[in-house]
Amino acid sequence: MQGSSSGPISLNVLTSKNTGELGPPCRAERVAVAIDFHGGATDPLEPELGNASGGREMKKNLFFITLLIFAITVTACGEEENRTITLLTHDSFWISDEVLQEFTDQTGTKVELQMAGDTGQLLASAILTASNPAADVIFGIDNTFLQRALDADIFSTYESPSLRHVPEEIQLDSKHRVTPIDFGDVCINYWIDSFDSDLPAPESLEDLIDPQYYGQLVVQNPETSSPGLAFLLATIAEYGEDWETWWAGLRDNGVTVTSGWEDAYEGEFVAGGGDHPLVVSYASSPPAEVIYSETPISSPPTGVLTDTCFRQIEFAGVVNGTKHQETSEALIDFMLSKKFQEDIPNSMLMFPASTDADLPKIFSDFAEVVENPYMLAPDYIEENRNDWTERWTEIVLR
Amino acid sequence: MTFTKKIRWITLASLPAIFIGAFFYWPLIRIFSHALGSEKIDEFGALLLSGSFHQIAWFTVWQAALSTVLTMLLALPVSYLMARYSFRGRRILQILITVPFVLPTVVVAGAFTALFERFGLDGGAFRLRHTVWALLAAHVFFNLAIAIRTVSSFWSGLDPRIEEQAKLLGATPGRIFRKVTFPRLVPALTAAASIVFLFCLTSFGVILLLSGPTRATIETEIWRQAVWRGDIAAASSLAVIQLITVLVMVFLMNFLQRRQSVIENRTNWVYEKPPRKFLAGNIVLLLVVVGLPIIVLLERSIAVGEGYSIQNFISLADRVALVPVSALTALKNSLFFAALAAIFASLLGGIASLVVVHGRRWISNLFDMSMMLPLGISAVVLGFGMLIALDTPPLDLRSSWILVPIAHALLGIPFVMRTVVPTLRRIDPSLRESAALLGASPRQVNRRIDFPIALRALSVGAAFAFAISIGEFGATSFLPRNPDRLTAPLVLFRLLGAPGEVLRGQAMALAVVLMTITALTVILVEGSFFNKGTTRSDF
Repeated sequence: MQGSSSGPISLNVLTSKNTGELGPPCRAERVAVAIDFHGGATDPLEPELGNASGGREMKKNLFFITLLIFAITVTACGEEENRTITLLTHDSFWISDEVLQEFTDQTGTKVELQMAGDTGQLLASAILTASNPAADVIFGIDNTFLQRALDADIFSTYESPSLRHVPEEIQLDSKHRVTPIDFGDVCINYWIDSFDSDLPAPESLEDLIDPQYYGQLVVQNPETSSPGLAFLLATIAEYGEDWETWWAGLRDNGVTVTSGWEDAYEGEFVAGGGDHPLVVSYASSPPAEVIYSETPISSPPTGVLTDTCFRQIEFAGVVNGTKHQETSEALIDFMLSKKFQEDIPNSMLMFPASTDADLPKIFSDFAEVVENPYMLAPDYIEENRNDWTERWTEIVLR
Repeated sequence: MTFTKKIRWITLASLPAIFIGAFFYWPLIRIFSHALGSEKIDEFGALLLSGSFHQIAWFTVWQAALSTVLTMLLALPVSYLMARYSFRGRRILQILITVPFVLPTVVVAGAFTALFERFGLDGGAFRLRHTVWALLAAHVFFNLAIAIRTVSSFWSGLDPRIEEQAKLLGATPGRIFRKVTFPRLVPALTAAASIVFLFCLTSFGVILLLSGPTRATIETEIWRQAVWRGDIAAASSLAVIQLITVLVMVFLMNFLQRRQSVIENRTNWVYEKPPRKFLAGNIVLLLVVVGLPIIVLLERSIAVGEGYSIQNFISLADRVALVPVSALTALKNSLFFAALAAIFASLLGGIASLVVVHGRRWISNLFDMSMMLPLGISAVVLGFGMLIALDTPPLDLRSSWILVPIAHALLGIPFVMRTVVPTLRRIDPSLRESAALLGASPRQVNRRIDFPIALRALSVGAAFAFAISIGEFGATSFLPRNPDRLTAPLVLFRLLGAPGEVLRGQAMALAVVLMTITALTVILVEGSFFNKGTTRSDF
């Protein structure tokens, strides 16, 4: 606005209603809010003594400005694109713009992304809004939390034809309420230069409680961190009932515990400037070290202990109660398409679920493909998770 | 008051009430009633009696109390310096003190960790990392600004002639402080201490990132229960307990603030040069407590490989494949949100301040207290509350970006009010009386005296709301968001969430940019344009 602030201002807000699945383009409703400013030209900083009505006008303006802001607030939420479906996901989700654009080109439907925080927040918000869902499709709940989502009944069944490219062992829900989209392996990473022939890098979980690796490992608290939980599950898968003994050994071997991945990897691990050469991270961390190196390097400075890995599988599902069932199913199919799947490694540092997808060179070169990762059934995890983490806290932190 | 005037007054007063009711109290009521049905009362009782709760509650209160005492002890000498002396670099010092308050927690935690590494305090006998000391140091770093601002502005309004008379009568400096200065400072000290205590009681990121995984406070426990265990009921029970504690604190604070709202003499006391040893001591103190982490942060932002370069800053415009938007776009988002939040907060906070100052006693108290509470509620609980409360038109805001500036405004309003209310209350009545004597009508008095002064205070409050919004991480991270609308602190956190030097470097550069914006805001506020000695913030 130039010059004076007086005179009528009209605000046109275009609102549109979504009329459902494949119906005709929706009718646009035009809501016009006309707001009149009287006497707003007076500069509040240099009031004229003679203008006796000034104070009143100011208050009036203040009132109208506030009203205007409320009008914007209320109408802003009404804006909705024609034919849009909402994909609710976690903060680590990303896919190239042109990939999502292809879905829009194919189906005429735009995908709106909503991010809910980390996986825990995503699941909690999905369950809280189950009676009035905010999204049509949810992506990003992994096998360590899957059962909680299934118990809360937030997904409807859909068996995608594209599942034929997805290995049986990662299709964890026989009722197909959720569809595996990608996976990653949580493994111990090591700083290559910290080890040599005198002290070779450890190989197995058993090695980690060997006194020659005293004080070298950083793990995350399984009560506050997703990789931390995955690593605890790896040890439970390996040692069964005896996992507590192993962790007691690790505690005596000087393990460092952090709250989350960030302070473990970026704080304690050598790569982030710390002095611990062993850390719980992902099998895809070494290629990331190459991609995001400040000076071009030919091979990563870190390696992966492939016998310490727990497989995390991320799922997508159609939300129970969506008004866009068909389009949502189409989105699930699309997420398993070659195009989407091949974009996953670079955008999310995960591995595509579909065997049809080729890995980018940097991944096929530097990311370890783990042959026999540890896995546990989602219902078994859900049943015991709280007991395990409580016991873990007592053993390791107290 | 005529009838129409009354109507207008009520309409005006209802705006902030509606805002905070719709976006704060309604979500809270919804989440509490969702989580805590009547059958949950027994569980609530069991929680209160459990040993682990006692442990957590004890640590929460204990660390907050100790943090507060340390902050106040450090704030005293600096406040004295700021209140009584003029010296070169005074303004820089003032800005330096204020910047930490609005820095994102993630960044500060990173700076402290780097600091411990640099001085070998991350292991061995003098380990600071993951100790209570790290937590206390960070709390002092964050909250020193509030304490110093509140105490020094009050101190500078106290008549120094009383001290001088005591000196003439032969009292020692220690005795003068104990018997003369300290008793007069008590209202400001208690007000500052209670707000610092409140912040430390509910701090989240600092506890999680710096004190290590073994220590939990009520705030981090709420998060763990809600997010990791999916136990909204347990989280809500804890949130209720926290809310009650905060309520008591706010009540206490209000009581103390009311007591201190005596009219002080606003004569500008002639500033003198500080004794050199005193000045140097203060500067060293501030450098260690506040300066070092900032310097480490600056150093990290320009460290590239073995040397230094500005590469990290240049790359802020590039989008990293892992993050939906470039750091630059995120900065633009943040600036936009911060501007909106500042507008919301200053308008609504301004109106609420008028109500507090001119309204009937009970309305005034009610407004004052209810506007403060957002500072004390767990962001997790409020975020989830908004999710289930704001789900029906016309307030279906779950997928709207407007929630971000709204939430930031909720946090900004108390700051606006803490600046505007005391300023309005202490407008020198003699100014008004003189104007009236000279023939000005009550309305003219309002316009020529009250309004310009109030406007300046409002600008200061708005600037604070702006700066708080720019650096806000906690509440924002619990709101649903659209990837195009990520704020700078969220992007910063994402950058720190994947391996690679480039990402880390960009994160540090982004932190420095955030810090610079904050500093510029503070410069603008403290600058000559606004600061005419009539404004004072009580926080």
